[in-house]
Amino acid sequence: MKQRFDAIVVGAGPAGCTCGYSLAKAGLETLIVERGKFAGAKNMWGGAFYGPTLFQLFPRFWEEAPIERYIHRHRFSLLTQDSSLSAEFTTKKFGEPPYNGFSVLRAKFDHWFASKAEQAGAIIATGLQAEDLLWDRNTVAGIKAGGDELPASVVIACDGVNSDLTDKAGLRGKLLPRDIKQGVKEVIQIPRHLLEQRFNLSGEEGIAWEFIGSFTRGIPGGAFIYTNKESLSVGIVAQLSALCEKKIGANDLLENFKQHPSVAALLAGGNLVEYSAHLIPTSGKAMIPTLYSDGFLVAGDAASFVLATGLTLEGANFAIASGTAAAEAVIRAKQKRDFSRKSLSCYPELLKQSFVLKDLKTFKKASLFLENSRIYSQYPELACDLANKIFTNDGKPKKKIWKLLKNSMKDRVAFSEILRDLIQIKRAL
Amino acid sequence: MSSASIEDKLANNKYDIDKEVHVSIREDICKKCDEHYCLYACPADCFKLTEDHITFSYEGCLECGSCKIVCDKDAIDWTLPRAGFGICYQYG
Ligand SMILES: Cc1cc2nc3c(=O)[nH]c(=O)nc-3n(C[C@H](O)[C@H](O)[C@H](O)COP(=O)(O)OP(=O)(O)OC[C@H]3O[C@@H](n4cnc5c(N)ncnc54)[C@H](O)[C@@H]3O)c2cc1C
Ligand code: SF4
Ligand code: SF4
Repeated sequence: MKQRFDAIVVGAGPAGCTCGYSLAKAGLETLIVERGKFAGAKNMWGGAFYGPTLFQLFPRFWEEAPIERYIHRHRFSLLTQDSSLSAEFTTKKFGEPPYNGFSVLRAKFDHWFASKAEQAGAIIATGLQAEDLLWDRNTVAGIKAGGDELPASVVIACDGVNSDLTDKAGLRGKLLPRDIKQGVKEVIQIPRHLLEQRFNLSGEEGIAWEFIGSFTRGIPGGAFIYTNKESLSVGIVAQLSALCEKKIGANDLLENFKQHPSVAALLAGGNLVEYSAHLIPTSGKAMIPTLYSDGFLVAGDAASFVLATGLTLEGANFAIASGTAAAEAVIRAKQKRDFSRKSLSCYPELLKQSFVLKDLKTFKKASLFLENSRIYSQYPELACDLANKIFTNDGKPKKKIWKLLKNSMKDRVAFSEILRDLIQIKRAL
Repeated sequence: MSSASIEDKLANNKYDIDKEVHVSIREDICKKCDEHYCLYACPADCFKLTEDHITFSYEGCLECGSCKIVCDKDAIDWTLPRAGFGICYQYG
């Protein structure tokens, strides 16, 4: 007779690895299936891990995990065609254990994460794809994968944004282009000493740098540069619906960005080693599917647990926290020997207790606000124009800054619009 | 860095290309489509507009799912490549 698992976790990203790890640690017979040849083979991101979710699981993980650099500085820039205006934040604590964030490349990192789940006792089957769900009347009873039927008491869908299983369980409607951002990224190799010189880094220090501005041509989105050990992760995030409406591809926006004089100087002499793309569900609370049914739970990107505030994009810590909550719900269900919908209904309660549903509720108006195209064109232009007037010395008598501001606003944005947007900011962020 | 075409960029990636096609389009439907959203949504340039019709090649696909989401005419038969095939990121 075939082995029946307590739990099958589909997907070995951060949600699946966490969930599988916690289940195995609690003694449940756990199988994690991952369609990539190895965990990480199908995954890309910006990206940086933030927050304490990971070191709650693995204290001092940075000593063993394949971390690129710790994020010691955050920088944010507004770009116009040929100017840039930047703000930077750093604090001593960012440079000390347990640190605040880490730049990470997924191929290595996910592989490590999956090995932790394996050490805890989970069975990891890579190169295996869940093709369908097994049903026992209205209850999910396992998966079909690689032509086999694999029975289990419960299935946890951690299969990412394109979650086929959540669709097959009938818990999610069609994804809409407006709710999705597309990320495209290049990994650009640069000799370590040159990279550290250009970004003013020493040792394992790293920088997370976000940009918005004219390079997205008014399309909601932005660009990022993360420093790795010997490479840069350089990418664009852009709303899928707006790309289609404006008839422009994300790669064209990326090229626009890379050609900005301030950016080009950072990338000069670099060597492209990989080009990748992935989707992000960014409409927050509004797009969360039904989270559980009989014998079935959804976690991570599959459940649209991503927080996008314009300044930050966080998904990995939400994936980890929701993977933990899903595992806890399953462990309780196992104690009761009841994996019904009713028994699993503690899952959303556990999510409400953690930051996952709290943060998504706090920022539930953020995604609508971030569709405001003024953020991506008029405001960066206004700010750079004003800075230009303040800092350019043309030998003429100086004007008051207020006057300069009024002058810069002319033809760009009305005072009433700024006021309206400020009120929106207060509501959304 | 000089700007490279998508094709040049993809040449850096590691793929295990399957003989089996995992994404295909219904050319009869595409013929009647004016928007061609897929052209702008696909980051891997798998869709091409030649004269007046859309052609598709699956080999460079990054498995992102954009095309299936933007096509409002259900003209795309979209699946993931068989396990172990397709894109295999070395960095990610
Ligand atoms: C461009 C970009 C930048 C980002 N930047 C950041 C950042 O800086 N910080 C941050 O916190 N988050 C960031 N995110 C978001 C973050 O990457 C995700 O939220 C996170 O990876 C979600 O984890 P997950 O485990 O839910 O899903 P995923 O990481 O997508 O993992 C899903 C896994 O399931 C596997 N799978 C899918 N279907 C099947 C199947 N049928 N059978 C078997 N296996 C399957 C996949 O191969 C994959 O390994 C970014 C995302 C993008 C695209
Ligand atoms: S795939 Fe869809 S969007 Fe693209 S041409 Fe065909 S019908 Fe139009
Ligand atoms: S899944 Fe993504 S990369 Fe593949 S064809 Fe569709 S849009 Fe292009």
